[in-house]
Amino acid sequence: MKRAKAFLSTFLLALFVYLSLTLAAGMPEYSMAPEEPWSQIIWSFEEFVLGISVSLIVASLVDHILCRTEDFRMMNPVRWGIILVYSIPLFIEMAKANLDVAYRIITGKIEPAIVKIEPDLESDLGLTFLANSITLTPGTLTVDIDDKKSEMYIHWIKIGEDPTENIAGRFVKWIRRFAE
Amino acid sequence: MTWPMMVILILLIISVIFNALGTIGLHRFPDVYTRLHAATKCTTFGTIFMTFTVMAYSIRRYVIMTDGTKFLNMAIHTFVALIALLITNPTGAHAIARAAHKMGIKPEKAVKDDLEDKESEVS
Repeated sequence: MKRAKAFLSTFLLALFVYLSLTLAAGMPEYSMAPEEPWSQIIWSFEEFVLGISVSLIVASLVDHILCRTEDFRMMNPVRWGIILVYSIPLFIEMAKANLDVAYRIITGKIEPAIVKIEPDLESDLGLTFLANSITLTPGTLTVDIDDKKSEMYIHWIKIGEDPTENIAGRFVKWIRRFAE
Repeated sequence: MTWPMMVILILLIISVIFNALGTIGLHRFPDVYTRLHAATKCTTFGTIFMTFTVMAYSIRRYVIMTDGTKFLNMAIHTFVALIALLITNPTGAHAIARAAHKMGIKPEKAVKDDLEDKESEVS
């Protein structure tokens, strides 16, 4: 049962990526047979056949890698919606970060340090999201991670007070909603 | 100049400014960690705006042309490239920083180094 679920989720993901990459290939100006009924839809019939066969091969090869933990909480579409919403605060933080780093590049005012934070997340996905978010935002760069104790070592370009709250606090409450 | 072209031009100017700042930072900062700050943040942000430029241009062409579906296709491919960039760029920076610290390169002018303390406790 778990194997079938893993196979199905990998297959659907691969098919989704394939179909979004070949979008509009069935439109009349691309089709070799514009008068056929299927060439009026947005994907051509051949594209569906090839997409399904490639996705079946991919799913049979890598389903045990994608679904390694055998925990299917990410199959819930609500969690994907939260990831999309999360990209808005992330983008605002990135804009602030870039203005800050641009200011430091021009003036050269830096006070670097490597600090330890304890974000208190358990899943691999949550820690990956947090590490990448931290690297993309204000003067902080993830150097090392201790995933057993959920500790991260962050290079901070201008050291400040209370690293766990100031670096990770904004992201942890968002990431906990979709990754835990 | 029409307003869609103005939007595209503004996005392009922002992307070029941030990419230029990232390159200047690469020369100005003292050591590998601070240089990674310039390389990961400014160039990622600049390149995000560059993909936004391509997407805005493609959508504009899709709207004004009758057979412009190839431009819709281009916008989606650019979006896939944007997602790949957002995942790989921080991961690469993280790998470089970790390798540098394991090689024993100390962060220059650092006031505090928790990772160094932890490693010396273990050994």
